[in-house]
Amino acid sequence: MPDFTQAELAAIGLSLRIALTAVAAALPPAILVAWLLARRDFPGKALLDAAVHLPLVLPPVVVGYALLLLLGVRGPLGAWLEAQFGIRLVFTAAGATVATAVMVFPLLVRAIRISVEALDPGLDEAARTLGAGALDRFFTISLPLIAPGILAGAVIAFAASLGEFGAVITFASNVPGETQTLPLAIYAATQSPGGDATAAKLAAVSLALALGGLVLAEAIAKHMRKRFGR
Amino acid sequence: MPLLDFRMTQGAFALDVKLDAATGGVLALFGRSGAGKTSIVRAIAGLARPTAGTIKIAGRTLFDSAAGIDVPATQRRIGYVFQDARLFPHLRVAANLRYGQARAGRHGKGIEFDAVVDLLGLRDLLARHPFGLSGGERQRVAIGRALLAQPDILLLDEPLASLDAPRKAELLPYLDALHVRTKVPIVYVSHALDEVVRLADTLAIVDGGRIAACGALADVMSRLDLRPLVGRFEAGAAIDTTLLRHDAAYALSYLAFGDSEMAVPQIEAEPGAFVRVRIRARDVLLATQRPEGLSARNVLAGHVVDLIPETGAYAELAVVVGGQRLVARITRAALDALDLALGSPVFAVVKAVAVERIVRSRDSSGRNAG
Repeated sequence: MPDFTQAELAAIGLSLRIALTAVAAALPPAILVAWLLARRDFPGKALLDAAVHLPLVLPPVVVGYALLLLLGVRGPLGAWLEAQFGIRLVFTAAGATVATAVMVFPLLVRAIRISVEALDPGLDEAARTLGAGALDRFFTISLPLIAPGILAGAVIAFAASLGEFGAVITFASNVPGETQTLPLAIYAATQSPGGDATAAKLAAVSLALALGGLVLAEAIAKHMRKRFGR
Repeated sequence: MPLLDFRMTQGAFALDVKLDAATGGVLALFGRSGAGKTSIVRAIAGLARPTAGTIKIAGRTLFDSAAGIDVPATQRRIGYVFQDARLFPHLRVAANLRYGQARAGRHGKGIEFDAVVDLLGLRDLLARHPFGLSGGERQRVAIGRALLAQPDILLLDEPLASLDAPRKAELLPYLDALHVRTKVPIVYVSHALDEVVRLADTLAIVDGGRIAACGALADVMSRLDLRPLVGRFEAGAAIDTTLLRHDAAYALSYLAFGDSEMAVPQIEAEPGAFVRVRIRARDVLLATQRPEGLSARNVLAGHVVDLIPETGAYAELAVVVGGQRLVARITRAALDALDLALGSPVFAVVKAVAVERIVRSRDSSGRNAG
């Protein structure tokens, strides 16, 4: 076990905290959007679908720049947030979390949408005839059945969150202890003389976390398949 | 029981359903695939919405377009057993069974968990997940789940259709007992006449989105004008009889109906049992004089009450014997040679071995008579 400096530990801790918060915050809207895309027909559906996928295909720097325009101190939403609630996102951990959440949102939606599409609508009908209302059906039938998709998506999104770089550095900048997550710390280390050891250690941590996440996701999916017999 | 009078469109298919089956018991909706049977039960359950009309079940108005009534499916208290069972895959059998029961709330009918588990033979399955069950076991669980939701009526939508022959044979005895033991009225959807003859008290024939006929099973079965809808091969009479006695020496049983009796291969039941027999039209011979020296055990005196001389090789006749209608299919040549007409006295000859026998419980006999 290599020794970590205070700053390195701070970067690791911040990364985990931001990744967890970003995934947790993105999850409810991702379930809603996945549900809409899988089950509903409405005008502008293709547009919503495209908008959700934009962070996946745009350069992350562009996403960060768009967030800056929208949520920056002079951005329409950013100015309102600051005036109403005193919330400033730029250069803060909250800002890094928002940027991360936006970047992993499409990963969540895709994973959840697949399980919503695989959900037999007949089960919902059966639950209706058994007297279960809409919310009741969602929490007792649909949610447990799409849980494997949600969990798998969340773990992948968590792993991806740990590596988010472009959008975070563009929108939230590279402030040690505030917005300097693992990849940003690695980048900073490679830019400073004598930072090689730090870069190597943090890269190893990144690798371990990402690998652990993927293995965990697969284990969860396998367990769920076994339980539901699918 | 259902009182239906509604119009509905399903894509390009239009339904115009008028049905008044006030008798209770088991009502069969019989018809070909695509006749609209499933659409009708979906409308009853509130899973499909008629464009206009009324749906009344067990005295409750569930849908009335004129009055703006459309009770949601969740409030209808209609037990629906789907063709594909639709068990919740993440719940064990016990939790599936209790799903509807837990939501039945105040309108309990006293249909109890243990009684249903015993009735449907589910005791050994309770701790299992649905994916490990056979098709027949799944349907039994689905029936139990629907029953425990304390429904006013139970809709069974082709519960045997997706099962192979051994699984069907395994499930049928449970279906026999279902109404008798629970007293919940049943609507049984099927395109298989043998299931309908075995289970139904009332028969409604569905054709092209309409109810072509509805009445007591024996009456509808022996109507000659419905032949094309029932299918020529399957056509025949269903007669409800009482087991009189056994003839152990020859392994025969004697059945009484009206003032006639009939010999059939021995039946495993006590004298007094209620036995429904099915005699296919193609298995009935007609004679104008009592035939002698015949191997057939049953020569039944009656007279012709209905007659359809077709243009092809066949003629269809309905003959009243002992107050019950038999249906016979003979050649048109024989019809002319014997000079048969409405009211002609005839002897109907039925081979004992050609009679299909279904033992039904006393309860359903009593209800049938009432």
